[in-house]
Amino acid sequence: MRCIQAAWFRRWADRSPGSGLLVFGILVRPTTVAPMSGDATTSPTPTTVTLSPPRRGEPERPEIDPSAARARIHAAETALLDERRLLTGEELAGLAALPDDYVTSLAALAHQVRLTWCGPEVEVEGILSAKTGGCPEDCHFCSQSSQFDTPVKATPFLDADEVLRAAEETKASGASEFCIVLAIRGPDERTMQRILELVPMVQEKTGMNVAVSAGLLTEDQARRFGEGGVHRYNHNLETARSFFPNVVTTHTWEERQETCELVRTHGMELCCGALIGMGETDEQRIELLTQLQDLDPTEVPLNFLNPRPGTPLGGERPIGAWEAIRWIALFRLGLPGVILRYAGGREVTLRELQSMGMTSGINALIVGNYLTTLGRSADEDLQMLSDLRMPVGALTGVL
Amino acid sequence: MDTVDGDIGSSGAHCASCGSVSCIGCTRTLDPPRFCPECGRRLTVAVTPGGYRARCRDHGDLASA
Repeated sequence: MRCIQAAWFRRWADRSPGSGLLVFGILVRPTTVAPMSGDATTSPTPTTVTLSPPRRGEPERPEIDPSAARARIHAAETALLDERRLLTGEELAGLAALPDDYVTSLAALAHQVRLTWCGPEVEVEGILSAKTGGCPEDCHFCSQSSQFDTPVKATPFLDADEVLRAAEETKASGASEFCIVLAIRGPDERTMQRILELVPMVQEKTGMNVAVSAGLLTEDQARRFGEGGVHRYNHNLETARSFFPNVVTTHTWEERQETCELVRTHGMELCCGALIGMGETDEQRIELLTQLQDLDPTEVPLNFLNPRPGTPLGGERPIGAWEAIRWIALFRLGLPGVILRYAGGREVTLRELQSMGMTSGINALIVGNYLTTLGRSADEDLQMLSDLRMPVGALTGVL
Repeated sequence: MDTVDGDIGSSGAHCASCGSVSCIGCTRTLDPPRFCPECGRRLTVAVTPGGYRARCRDHGDLASA
């Protein structure tokens, strides 16, 4: 956080005479800027307000004629609520280009779209890293890659009792879904057998749906998971095809796409997520949205980069909270029928705005801890949902 | 949360987050301990939805929550 007396704010003030900026709900106008040290002027009375400066990589969005901005939002509303069609990449790009003042309008429309397409329920899920670290892949954001010197020590597959205990913890938080996650390129035969033993055990013991995330699959492996009771399989695209080689070099975006298609072919629900904040552009986020539209997943977990020490992206900063709200809304507007889940990085990115995300298009949460990092308590999230009058329930594909 | 050793980050010579003896405080609130404060060795950490368990090869169970 820096003081608005910082140089960038003064530049903004000079560029935007007469316009305003919402800061913690207060409209700040450039005329309220305190004089810089040494300025000759002494009035108006200095007012000090702090706000986050734009982060590196966040585009500066030019002002737009208000009637043109409203027209874009109205056209999206008509398409999504009246015509019930998906927005095109061009329409989404037009919304993404709206200045910060319109984020609340995007969020309000996204919430209405979520209620109309998906209903009021929020799905709660717990995840468990059943095999941590030692992954041969080089995903630049991941502390579990063996190619980077990170603090995460590789550990073997947890035994069945530990997995069942974790599933019971998850069930106690009101969850309907439990995801078993392994840090691997793809499962070998021994791993396949362990997973196929665990899935019915967890299901029988807790009554929850069981999801699995075990990397790239062959057709036969996808078939066996489908037949073995895996309700949903997670395999994230993470980012746009055009940006993917910047963050992963040990496998291709197309390999991930292929696994995603196999998941659907073999009767599992597809959970295919995104990771925002790795240095991709707005255009690449829109590209990813249209690629996700093509894949048509049931669930999209939305992660925000939480820079991990020792990884190539460890020196990045999380994106700004307001920018995160913008992209939550745009993901809902681009993918109106999906289960859009809060996933990793939300605590450090959104901080006090986490409940606003719930009214900007999110309709599912990972509660409790993540794979290698901790989350806020499940009780805090359940209280948030109660305060927002959002019922907890199981969701499935609604498109 | 049932914290066995809530001060693991400052109870030994090594930082629980980076393992350094000269660290002046890089511990992040939402990270479990990763290094043994006694010997600086990497810990075996299991993070579950409701807690975590950290174990040092030489010093045994160090923290859980």
